[in-house]
Amino acid sequence: MDRRESMKSMLVGTLAGGLVINGCAPSGEPASQGVTPKTGLYGRMPAEIARDQQLIEDKFFSEHELETIAVLCDLILPASGEFGSANDAGVPEFIAFIAKDMRYQQVPLRGGLMWLDNRANRKFGTNFKSCTGSQHKELLDEIAYPDKATPEVGQGVRFFNLMRNLTLTGYYTTKMGIDALGYKGNSPNVWDGVPDDVLAEHGLAYDEEWLAKCIDQQTRNEIAKWDDNGNLLN
Amino acid sequence: MQIIESPKVYDAIIVGSGAGGGMATKILSEAGLQVALVEAGPFYDPTDPKFMTQLKWPWESPRRGAGSTRAFGDFDAAYGGWEIDGEPYTRTPGTKFDWFRSHMLGGRTNHWGRISLRFGPNDFKHKDVDGLGDNWPISYDDIKPYYDRVDKLIGIFGSKEGLYNEPDGFFLPAPKPRLHELYYIKAARQAGVKVIPSRKSIVTKRINDDRGVCFYCSQCSRACSVKADFSSSSALVFPAQKSGNVDLFVNAMVREVSTDSNGLATGVSYVNKEDRQEYRLKGRTVVLAASACSSARIVMNSKSGQHPNGIGNGSDVTGKYLHDSTGSSRSFFVPQLMDRKIYNEDGVAGMHVYSPWWLDNKKLDFPRGYHIELGGGLGMPSYGFGFAASEMNMFVGEQTGGYGDKLRDDVRKYYGATMGVAGRGECIAREDNYCEIDPNVVDEWGIPVLRFNYTWSDNEIKQVKHMHETFEEIFDKIGAIPLGDKPGKDSNYGIADPGRIIHEVGTTRMGDDPKTSVLNKYQQMHEVKNVFIVDGGSFVSQADKNPTWTILALSMRTSEYIIEQLKSKNI
Ligand SMILES: Cc1cc2nc3c(=O)[nH]c(=O)nc-3n(C[C@H](O)[C@H](O)[C@H](O)COP(=O)(O)OP(=O)(O)OC[C@H]3O[C@@H](n4cnc5c(N)ncnc54)[C@H](O)[C@@H]3O)c2cc1C
Ligand code: SF4
Repeated sequence: MDRRESMKSMLVGTLAGGLVINGCAPSGEPASQGVTPKTGLYGRMPAEIARDQQLIEDKFFSEHELETIAVLCDLILPASGEFGSANDAGVPEFIAFIAKDMRYQQVPLRGGLMWLDNRANRKFGTNFKSCTGSQHKELLDEIAYPDKATPEVGQGVRFFNLMRNLTLTGYYTTKMGIDALGYKGNSPNVWDGVPDDVLAEHGLAYDEEWLAKCIDQQTRNEIAKWDDNGNLLN
Repeated sequence: MQIIESPKVYDAIIVGSGAGGGMATKILSEAGLQVALVEAGPFYDPTDPKFMTQLKWPWESPRRGAGSTRAFGDFDAAYGGWEIDGEPYTRTPGTKFDWFRSHMLGGRTNHWGRISLRFGPNDFKHKDVDGLGDNWPISYDDIKPYYDRVDKLIGIFGSKEGLYNEPDGFFLPAPKPRLHELYYIKAARQAGVKVIPSRKSIVTKRINDDRGVCFYCSQCSRACSVKADFSSSSALVFPAQKSGNVDLFVNAMVREVSTDSNGLATGVSYVNKEDRQEYRLKGRTVVLAASACSSARIVMNSKSGQHPNGIGNGSDVTGKYLHDSTGSSRSFFVPQLMDRKIYNEDGVAGMHVYSPWWLDNKKLDFPRGYHIELGGGLGMPSYGFGFAASEMNMFVGEQTGGYGDKLRDDVRKYYGATMGVAGRGECIAREDNYCEIDPNVVDEWGIPVLRFNYTWSDNEIKQVKHMHETFEEIFDKIGAIPLGDKPGKDSNYGIADPGRIIHEVGTTRMGDDPKTSVLNKYQQMHEVKNVFIVDGGSFVSQADKNPTWTILALSMRTSEYIIEQLKSKNI
């Protein structure tokens, strides 16, 4: 293939790729953080759409439980700098959905919330969500550090681990969380190796022998040809 | 209930549209044969936005991609899983087998790992090497030309290495290793473990105008919208349909192969899942490709006066010699990868490098080998991300747990700092590992279901023990810290339950002796010359490699044999 030909096919390749990619890229931004997406938009089977719809309509937590979850979520992950809090990212709604989707989480979550209210009542004569900032801190400090916690609050530690896990997972799987993390992928790309500054920082290098086996991305759109022994010719 | 019969007589009826069935459809239809492709699942097209999960963001799923309805998560392109509503299977008490099925056009090839390893010369004659199991009736040289053609037809990246039992093929160039893979290469080399570029059926360089080129989204398990990975649907069935010779039946669950008074196959009967009626198709040949266990089930359920034990099963070998790969895995924390710079590290799905089997069994206390797969990197968050985020603080002498801003730092600090490794090894096929028809249970279509009976032996358990020792040896070289406890004797060294590696093969094995095998070396039934089985059922042994490339090559070879036999009026 002469150079002009190959330039042309590269162009066609990129263009065609671009068109297809545009066609399947997620349509714009999510409506807003925390709003449960309308179901069925992510390649669902009819039975899955029906199941999702049912779960969204069902109600599991009471208002009081939801309010307590909201308070807990923002204590776990408050707003920070340019990034919003767990509530800003819709984490309580996410946890409410998970409790319906994964029924085995229901007793640990509901029971854990009761445990926490009970603890708050004993210590401060009020339920958890109505405690003051310093009371919240005192209550959380005794269950948030598994290595230091006393056996007396073992069940509380376990509940808090669960809440922390769900809050972090709920947060970092939203657009806000992904921006906060800095994840850069899930978009069309041409992987061409670890950036040089990163290699240098890690004291690593590609060896020539290995690189010779790797794709020269300039040639990715040329149709592959081999000789009879499987040696790639282009 | 009346059985509805179609008047058309097909040259070939192909049951199942996965790797084996897709290849047969392509070869037979393009040779001008009239083909019926009968698939139990619904239509599926990875390029149709209606089905597409590729490039979706985690927040588009209300459960953020968790596996509540799909075993490998919401975005995985598998319609099916370990359990399917209305289609149970059973196990003999005291034994285990987990059976993964995908019912959809393309079967499991829509979401498989794309690790595409041809078997080597020893793998076809391993009894000659160690006296265990049986040899195949064919050799590597018999199948090599077909492997070569599959490479070129479908596209596979890899590298020429000149290793005797890991034969080279017609490779596209490999993608460059990522950071965690460079650490693995360094560690493996220091530990004396071979490491080479992966071999995967992903198009890193254009192979034709029909298929696209990989744009590195790491999501082949979601099926590729530009057809840059191998799915039977987009790479075989759709191109085959252009011949105009393929009638595709979806949601059509085949119950049995029908026969005439000579015991020859006349077609198949199936249940249409939409109207729950039974239909019959007529064909000159029947090609089963429903996956190893599903095809064995059809064989054993096809009982008639001529075939009281199931079609072509006079030997009673059907269902026996079922085997899956061995497997076990471990995770490691790599301190050097803490606080990494973040950049787009999505490559091809899965690994860019791997370790093929590198040792000599003469010096070991177990037979047969395993290969090592690995994972890691700056992946896209989904359900489970951030769990136990601050736990790794214990390795660097800092406080675990907590709440508040510190958690943001912990998440960031450990993002991309762990790696997983898994061994996948060869199990010796045994007559007493089998599936059979459960005498008491039917599925919702009224079809008798499979009962599994499978146990691991000492051979496999010792092999997996060795895997774990190797994992620690490798990662120790870079000061990585193993996570969790090393599995011990009490858990059989962490060996995955049978079936879990999803490489079921061997249930209708091939051989020269009709008394000890179901198929001959062309995957043709010894007892019924117009029935062929082109999924993993024909495997005599599994090798320390994944099965699909061999399924494809054998199906191609058998399809051409069928064309020739039809032409010369032998069938
Ligand atoms: C998550 C995952 C990862 C994997 N990774 C790899 C890998 O990296 N490398 C590798 O080599 N292998 C891998 N495999 C295994 C690979 O998918 C299979 O080996 C391959 O798909 C087998 O092809 P097949 O044609 O035999 O069966 P399948 O692909 O399972 O296709 C069988 C088809 O038959 C249909 N069918 C079943 N019963 C009936 C019936 N009664 N009537 C009509 N149709 C029926 C099914 O619906 C299905 O579409 C993986 C599998 C999974 C699930
Ligand atoms: S990694 Fe490449 S081949 Fe796989 S789905 Fe993404 S673009 Fe397609």
